[in-house]
Amino acid sequence: MSAGGTNSFAPGFYEGDRPRIVTSRFGLEDSHTLARFVATGGYEGLRRALGRPAGEVHDEVRSATVLGRGGAGFPAGTKWGLTPQEVWPRYLVVNGDESEPGTYKDRLLMERDPHQLIEGCLIACYAAGLSQCFLYIRGEMALAQERVATALNDAYAAGYVGRNILGSGFSVDIVLHWGAGAYVVGEETALIESLEGNRGMPRLKPPYFPAAIGLYGQPTIVNNVETLANLPWLMVNGAEAYTAIGTPTSPGTRMVAVSGHVKRPGVYEIVNGTTTFRDLLFGEEFCGGMRDGRTLKAFVPGGGSAPWFLPDQLDLPFEASQVGPAGSMLGSGAVMVMDDTTDIPRAALTLTRFYAHESCGKCTPCREGGTWLERILSRIVDGKGTDADLDQLMEVGQSICPGAFPHASSERLGINATPFPYRMNTICFVGPSAFAPVHSALTLFREEFDARVTRRIHIPVSAVGAAQ
Amino acid sequence: MARLTEENVRLAQEIISRYPRPRSAMIPLLHLAQEQDGYVTEDAMAHIAGLVGASPAEVYGTASFYEMFKFHPVGRYVINICGTMSCALAGAEDLMHHAEEKLGVRMGGTTDDGLITLERAECQAACTEAPCLQTNYRYSFRVTAESFDTLVDDLRAGRLADEIPPHGTVARVRQHIPADKGAGVHAPEDVKSAPAWLDGKAAL
Repeated sequence: MSAGGTNSFAPGFYEGDRPRIVTSRFGLEDSHTLARFVATGGYEGLRRALGRPAGEVHDEVRSATVLGRGGAGFPAGTKWGLTPQEVWPRYLVVNGDESEPGTYKDRLLMERDPHQLIEGCLIACYAAGLSQCFLYIRGEMALAQERVATALNDAYAAGYVGRNILGSGFSVDIVLHWGAGAYVVGEETALIESLEGNRGMPRLKPPYFPAAIGLYGQPTIVNNVETLANLPWLMVNGAEAYTAIGTPTSPGTRMVAVSGHVKRPGVYEIVNGTTTFRDLLFGEEFCGGMRDGRTLKAFVPGGGSAPWFLPDQLDLPFEASQVGPAGSMLGSGAVMVMDDTTDIPRAALTLTRFYAHESCGKCTPCREGGTWLERILSRIVDGKGTDADLDQLMEVGQSICPGAFPHASSERLGINATPFPYRMNTICFVGPSAFAPVHSALTLFREEFDARVTRRIHIPVSAVGAAQ
Repeated sequence: MARLTEENVRLAQEIISRYPRPRSAMIPLLHLAQEQDGYVTEDAMAHIAGLVGASPAEVYGTASFYEMFKFHPVGRYVINICGTMSCALAGAEDLMHHAEEKLGVRMGGTTDDGLITLERAECQAACTEAPCLQTNYRYSFRVTAESFDTLVDDLRAGRLADEIPPHGTVARVRQHIPADKGAGVHAPEDVKSAPAWLDGKAAL
């Protein structure tokens, strides 16, 4: 079957003439093999790290401000420092349960360069004193599991993982673990529950912050695949070179998947902090503009959970401190683009149905509210809704996220932005994520809903009496 | 149907040995059971319960949370068509209708010959190659009605037998940690102090 991308072995991925930190080997067909990895500087970062005291390696990562790439954007070096003093053992859990709608970068990183991820895991374990690493890969990602399993077997045989790594006295096991299909498990406390053999339901924070009480009740660092994949390059090139790319608050690069109605949907490694949505959607080196000469209607800037943006927001860069006040989030690096042919209520339904379906059922506002949102939206899309349903959608949303919900500004509508984040009545973000597309669609494209629902004219009883 | 075979019990014990707590092996072991029988049987769940030190109800409690585990026979090939936003924007609904017609089953159904089960799935992380589907978790990208028909014809003719293992097998490569290479697994209560390499001296 035909596929896009620069080459047949990495469908969807485009190289481009930009700094590349995590995708430098993606253009090589055998990038997943140990031989190619070592021949292209692989495990050199580990060697450099092991040549320095662990505390120094940690400081290097801290001063590089490697932002977490899973969604929340919390700096990895800071996260590692949040473990309580003198509580051992501590664990590393790698979050490779990538399932956010629109997102796929971790899958490519695991399929195309598994040794880079393994090297990153080892550097993290060394720096933060983590005794064992569990690499949790999404259940449906068969090729990623095969590639990581092969890479681990080869790395063990060659002495890069396991006992007395490279003769240094540093020993750590990396255990491949795989899930079985549940979006919510991407939430870090749910991931830990799942890794303990339970239903993957999030834990209440506090007290269950993984850095304090995580896997088996021990301090646990949960890092995203892409975050860890940055570490080998960082160890070889140093924090100064890392922060020379991007901006001080968003240094380095990040991987972004752009899908939907653009000419060249693809996964791109972009310079963080400075690249704008306009560059990404319309730049010739990226998506090359809208398909079929259509115009842009709206886009989701940070994965299915993110409130939507309009063409008004195109000039915002990939910088959390600007995207937040503008009413959304950068999330997991996924942009979904809608052109002027898009049926907005139906598009919102595809996302709301996802989150309603993926609710784990622990929190009532999400379990009940998500399903209500889906049902009401379905009947509106089917032409069976009434104008009362529109208010009902907002009311249900209020029970999940009380108060003002973030949205973009619009010159056309004459409205200002409501900044991110929102308040929430649920433990995790699944519930609010079911509401986000509904709220954005209804706030920014109310007319499409109005045109679809049956308007009920309210006739007061007194008026009936007066007519007689 | 079946408890785990002798060979699978050996594999199960190897998997369990990699975790500080046996129960952590629950999901990998359920996959092993599904690989053996094509779906997860009650006998296998009871067997797994004994292996990881949980009750059969706890095993079923965990298993039933996850979409990939089936508790009744399904087709040799399970086709999951994605219907989330990026795929929907690229015509996934039409593809689903076409698939239902082509196979003569509704979503969730299995063809009479027991070969193919059709399911609607959520985001499969191939959003730029929309609409996408997975057959036993192997991708097809930018699927059209024609390419879907070709896929089904190839499956029926056995032409994809080498590329796509029967339902239940996800990864065909297993991790193996040789006894002399492993760092060693310890229960958390047996670890009292910081790892040796954290003493401030460089390891190399």
